[in-house]
Amino acid sequence: MQQPNSQPCAATMLRETASQTAGPYVHIGLALDIAGLPPREEEIWNRLASPEADGEAIELVGRVIDGNGDLVRDALLEAWQADAHGNYQCEFDLQAPFNSFGRTATTVENDGEWCFHTIKPGQVARRDGRLMAPHVTLAVFARGINIQLHTRLYFEDEAEANAACPVLNAVESPTRRQTLIATREEGEGKPRYRFDIRLQGEGETVFFDF
Amino acid sequence: MPRNDNKRFVERDRNWHPPAYAPGYKTTVARSPSQAYVSMQAPSVSELGGPDFTRLRMGPHDNDLLLNFRADNEAQSGLPIGERVIVFGRVIDQFGKPVPNTLVEMWQANAGGRYRHKKDGYLAPLDPNFGGVGRCLSDDEGWYRFRTVKPGPYPWPNDINSWRPAHIHVSVMGPSISTRLITQMYFEGDPLIPLCPIVHTLRDPEAVETMTGRLDMARSRSMDCLAYRFDLVIRGEVQTYFENQG
Repeated sequence: MQQPNSQPCAATMLRETASQTAGPYVHIGLALDIAGLPPREEEIWNRLASPEADGEAIELVGRVIDGNGDLVRDALLEAWQADAHGNYQCEFDLQAPFNSFGRTATTVENDGEWCFHTIKPGQVARRDGRLMAPHVTLAVFARGINIQLHTRLYFEDEAEANAACPVLNAVESPTRRQTLIATREEGEGKPRYRFDIRLQGEGETVFFDF
Repeated sequence: MPRNDNKRFVERDRNWHPPAYAPGYKTTVARSPSQAYVSMQAPSVSELGGPDFTRLRMGPHDNDLLLNFRADNEAQSGLPIGERVIVFGRVIDQFGKPVPNTLVEMWQANAGGRYRHKKDGYLAPLDPNFGGVGRCLSDDEGWYRFRTVKPGPYPWPNDINSWRPAHIHVSVMGPSISTRLITQMYFEGDPLIPLCPIVHTLRDPEAVETMTGRLDMARSRSMDCLAYRFDLVIRGEVQTYFENQG
């Protein structure tokens, strides 16, 4: 017997499988170490760049905060970013110096703070040739989130590029635009950018539909 | 570098998927954005590309939950307790096109409804031979398969007496971060499905049917295990023919 969504719903198109929350135990499947499970041969995690990667080594950190102002300590985040030259490395290969994709999580143990070890991405051009400011696309999954939320992390010290970025400028409210800018701190030997994601209410982060 | 920005995906129907705010599932109340999403009118390679996991090294039993967490202790080592099942299906896009070599990941509770997770303190015991995680790449024609035990239902704090139907969490990447999808597979005929507040986040009963794995006797193995088929339909890739707007 076939599911209804493997039959055409319109003349030519099927319906997407519906989304459901990743739930509180998402770590068992996508972040084994955090669930307390032993690692498999290779795991997808939060170190996108090795010391050999081109570009400026940085850390991205932040928290996820709910509508009550409380920390969300069971979120899983996925990052997608260009390399230092503005190219996406689509072939995921842990032997390569840089990967465009990674995962991290907020937990009780890390006091609700996620972290990526990466390099600062270069500028990426849209098809129309307009350059976007350096950015990292983030997807947020968690218990109570029925379908992942997409946002972008931009860098405070790229003011000129940010001012010209067509995607940042598509956010109508200049106040809300600020929710996409990570602030720079001096970390241990390398810059650290802090980016808190507010799911709801005052200072709510801009989320994108694409 | 192949460019990824000369493709488009069928727009995601946000009335088909569950809304962010679905108060019957109480945790959504404080975790749902209240502002409108900003629609990306001209998606770029930052949205249209995605990771290819063909080179991710996997172990021989990564998709076999009957074998991938056997107890180290010889005396206890054996098979997990529960109904042996094959869960398989095809990853296709909305135009019916198979999606090959894409990463499918899954996780689940054991046969008693207990997760192997630090935070799960349910009364049902852990199974020393069951971890509850699997992954594989779809094959050249989009097929994926796992072997596992059927997970048990379990109670959870939402309403006073809420129970999750037996379910397996399934995650699929597809060709782009735009096609990324996490869902749950339910088992055909489970009477707990229509009682579940998380299932009820969906407004269209047809959408619930897309999450229902179907018993497939033809693929089951006599004297061994039953089979459930669960096809994953991800956003369709649209060919763009007319590039010039002028």
